[in-house]
Amino acid sequence: MSDNVYIIGAGIHPFGRTEERSGREQGVFAVRQALQDAGLDWPDIECAYGGSAAAGSADIMVNELGLTSLPFTNVANGCATGGSALVSAQQAIASGMYDLALAVGFDKHPRGAFNAKPSDYGLPEWYGQTGMMLTTQFFALKIQRYMQLHGISREALGRVAEKAFRNGAKTPHAWRRSEIDLDTIMNAPMINDPLTKYMFCAPAEGGVALILASEKKMKELGADGVKIANIAVRTRPPDSFEVFQAGVSVKDGGKPTILASQAAFEGAGIGPEDIEVAQLQDTESGAEIMHMAENGFCKDGDQEQWLSEGWSEIGGKMPINTDGGCIACGEPIGASGLRQVYENVEQLRGRAGERQVPTMPKTGYSHVYGAPGLSAVAILQR
Amino acid sequence: MSDLTPIDTALWSDDAQPHLMGGRLPSGEIVFPMPQGDAARDVEPYKLSRHGKLWSWTSQDFRPKEPYEGPGEGPHDFQPFLIGYVELPGEVIVESRIVDAQLEDLRLGMPMTFCIVPFNDQHTTFAFRPDADAGETAA
Repeated sequence: MSDNVYIIGAGIHPFGRTEERSGREQGVFAVRQALQDAGLDWPDIECAYGGSAAAGSADIMVNELGLTSLPFTNVANGCATGGSALVSAQQAIASGMYDLALAVGFDKHPRGAFNAKPSDYGLPEWYGQTGMMLTTQFFALKIQRYMQLHGISREALGRVAEKAFRNGAKTPHAWRRSEIDLDTIMNAPMINDPLTKYMFCAPAEGGVALILASEKKMKELGADGVKIANIAVRTRPPDSFEVFQAGVSVKDGGKPTILASQAAFEGAGIGPEDIEVAQLQDTESGAEIMHMAENGFCKDGDQEQWLSEGWSEIGGKMPINTDGGCIACGEPIGASGLRQVYENVEQLRGRAGERQVPTMPKTGYSHVYGAPGLSAVAILQR
Repeated sequence: MSDLTPIDTALWSDDAQPHLMGGRLPSGEIVFPMPQGDAARDVEPYKLSRHGKLWSWTSQDFRPKEPYEGPGEGPHDFQPFLIGYVELPGEVIVESRIVDAQLEDLRLGMPMTFCIVPFNDQHTTFAFRPDADAGETAA
């Protein structure tokens, strides 16, 4: 486990709604684009990891891509599906067993809020029957308390969404590509107070593929690679407050995001002050605000100033969610975490077009959070 | 309300002043709800306090999808409701409906009391309501 691992190819199928393509077809589209980007053909890929939450098994993609007999492992890890596929591909190469690996994620969800079954999460039926089994409620309950404790205003929530749509308008792979002004966001129908309709991301469709290579292989190919400095995945520690919890400990517990972030920074040997562009899980506006602090980029409460001063804008001191994040791109669960890494690869290679961070960042940070309380962080370096 | 049965008979005690049922782990930690099946081994049923403090809150402004079994037939007759977490000091923080309050009345730390309320045309469920004098004491 000594060799550096690089991302040498990145592909994406635009997020949103694509009636004529299945989720898996969107995954295949992304794989072909990543292969082309890396200057490779499908038979060159030595192993693959991928999955979706609601659009079937990834290993069936070989029907379209080619029956090359490669080992293809399906990953089914909820919101961490993409992150887990990436970790697996990275480890396959770092172990020295392979020189070229694929990580792919795709999805296709029905419209509206995700509906979950209590029994799938080890919860009693009454929890769903009485209307508590909603991810949107959790996010509202978490940010409501955070706003009271740390003096975050409702307007700050609006500014996050306004930025998301502004960045999405510049991003070819985004779903929502029109700017929405602050007043419209603030006055939109309430979903779960304090979060209005435009502050939430929606389930969507899309696919992302990344091709990973050993340093030796990257040099041999003369490929344009971005180094994976570190990846960390962590599930929840004791006494944490997570989605779908009927009872929460009175003790102030840890958070999976804090653990994953600290582990990734430690592994990469750098700190939050060294990051030049970040993609943070923004299931809704409040999540981006809280995740700024949980990932170590600011202190609790400082987000108010960050947002009023525009520090997280593309031209700001630490751009966050440069492609509009989940709010503008939607959330196809299996692809969403890999989209964040894709965006950082594009930013670090200086290929992000209209949304390119002008300082040409050399370090990128991505963070995904999901049920039942897990986080994955990836740090990339040029 | 007499014809209505609890949404889950294990959720609260059948005392005249009912208590939400939690569990006490061998470590002494109090959890909610009381675990079921194998997870209930070595967990002692524990009657939770009827009084707590508001820990967080939100409104549910759209009709949840299945398995929600609330009153009404669909989005057209859906009545938004309040939901929150109530900290039962020294025990556990429980997720609950909040009744007899308006969104704008709710404050962090305000005193709340447990109650049983009608849920749909068949069942009752549990909730917390602000104490009558909460408005004055919650500053």
